Amino acid sequence: MHPAFSVIFLTTLLGVGQGLFLALYTGQLYAFFDLLPAQGNRSFYAAGSAIALIFLAAGLVASFFHLGHPERAWRSAAKWRTSWLSREVIVLPAFMGVVFLYGVAHWFGWHVPLLSLPGGRPVDATLILGAIGTLLCFALFVCTGMIYACLRFLQEWHTPLTVVNYILLGGASGFVLATAFAAAVAQEIAGFYAGWAAILTALAFAGRVASLLRNARLKPKSSLSTAIGIKHPRIAQKAQGAMGGSFNTREFFHGRTAFFLRQVKWLFLALVFPLPLMLIAAGAMAGSPALLLAAFGVQYLGLIAERWFFFAQANHPQNLYYQAVS
Amino acid sequence: MTQLALVIDLNVCVGCHACVTSCKEWNTSGEAGAMSDFRPYDADPTGTFFNRVQTFEVGEFPNTETVHFPKSCLHCEEPPCVPVCPTGASYKRKEDGIVLVDYDKCIGCKYCSWACPYGAREIDEKQKVMKKCTLCVDRIYDKTLPERDRKPACVMACPTSARLFGDIHDPESEVSKAIREQGGYALMPEWGTHPANHYLPRRKTQLRIHEDELVRADNPLKIDGKLPKPAKQEPSLDDVTSW
Ligand code: SF4
Ligand code: SF4
Repeated sequence: MHPAFSVIFLTTLLGVGQGLFLALYTGQLYAFFDLLPAQGNRSFYAAGSAIALIFLAAGLVASFFHLGHPERAWRSAAKWRTSWLSREVIVLPAFMGVVFLYGVAHWFGWHVPLLSLPGGRPVDATLILGAIGTLLCFALFVCTGMIYACLRFLQEWHTPLTVVNYILLGGASGFVLATAFAAAVAQEIAGFYAGWAAILTALAFAGRVASLLRNARLKPKSSLSTAIGIKHPRIAQKAQGAMGGSFNTREFFHGRTAFFLRQVKWLFLALVFPLPLMLIAAGAMAGSPALLLAAFGVQYLGLIAERWFFFAQANHPQNLYYQAVS
Repeated sequence: MTQLALVIDLNVCVGCHACVTSCKEWNTSGEAGAMSDFRPYDADPTGTFFNRVQTFEVGEFPNTETVHFPKSCLHCEEPPCVPVCPTGASYKRKEDGIVLVDYDKCIGCKYCSWACPYGAREIDEKQKVMKKCTLCVDRIYDKTLPERDRKPACVMACPTSARLFGDIHDPESEVSKAIREQGGYALMPEWGTHPANHYLPRRKTQLRIHEDELVRADNPLKIDGKLPKPAKQEPSLDDVTSW
């Protein structure tokens, strides 16, 4: 497939925003169960939510660049019964709304207990909003991943690993950002976030390598023989019906060499996993927000390469019909 | 239920592209607006087409065969392109099985083109909406046309009658008979899309002659001679032939 930068930015930016929100809420839950020092500083969650919202909104803006008719985008909520894209279009604004409310609730200190857990712990609006947000956050990850995973003839994508990797990569980048954010404004919990960021990055590495290994062994189900229905091992295209290219030659080919693809793969494998891990370790030990921010920056750059590779690697069966111009 | 479809005879197609130009001419003049072209007379022309004729060479020299292969939307009976459309712009008509795009609803997200394994959909880069073969839905029902002209433009144009049009759910239709009797097949059956359009394979006229058909089997000893004369009372056709 041809990697479109609108979709690359859409999926990576959403991932960061979602991961950051999950990081905030995880921190709050730990504090709720007295496993972490509570953040009396109300701006930690509120500002964190604002940063998450900025990333989500940037992703949303990026998505509009993918559309031929952005002014009709509202129509895309219509077919949520069948289309994962439609479901994403519904879940994303819902999630953004809840993140906004979550931040607002923290900012205005809506801590009136609404109900209480069996142990007598008071549950306030922020905790409930956070729980709803977490549900929507995972729903959004599943929608985004399923947009690609549900296309059965794009065999590189048609696997649960696609969804798992969207969750893990988004989660990792969000937790890395949360680490840098905490190091800047709430030093005492930066170590907690650094730990989780490292764990998620390692898990994401396992998931991504698993999908790379899987894809390396894929056997294409379609061949030129099934594409034109002629049983012969040697079929060569002599003309594709157009000399100057068409939508089919632009949308479904990445237009790069196999060598370039391999370089991008090694690049993202280095940028997304080991380098941020080292920077997180160094940054957490030195307590340096700058190093941690660098970890996030490096990982995000790597994620752009990762997403580029994700699209470029998918080989659409329609390409069988577009092998030679003349 | 009706399922309109094309049946394309690869044994007859000569690759003249008459269906391509006729399709473009009809559909670019329709009320949905032009099918945009870019740099049509320059070095790098490109544009939107519903139908393209491709050419493949099967085999290795000197045993090769050239196959001309017209390709358009197959109006799948299980179209994977329809459920993925977020707006409902892509739909399959209940009454005749034609898969269509509502150009006024399409947001140009291209998701449906990713979901078609055949590459049958092309975005119109000027109008920014997805386009594909409509089976000339604006002409096959047009009562102002004479009955014999109510066929897709490509079918009308084909000089060798390689394109048949009809209802593949009616077992007595011309297309159903052609599929049944001449080995009609579907493209990429492995994806379960059940294309409505079918292709008829290349066929060769062959006569198989066995060795024993070249020599007289009723004269195994190869002795030509007079046949024994029947007795007088035995039946005979006439005086020169015996049973
Ligand atoms: S050929 Fe492609 S565009 Fe046409 S109905 Fe089938 S899947 Fe959809
Ligand atoms: S490009 Fe148009 S027809 Fe295709 S999925 Fe998007 S909205 Fe639907």
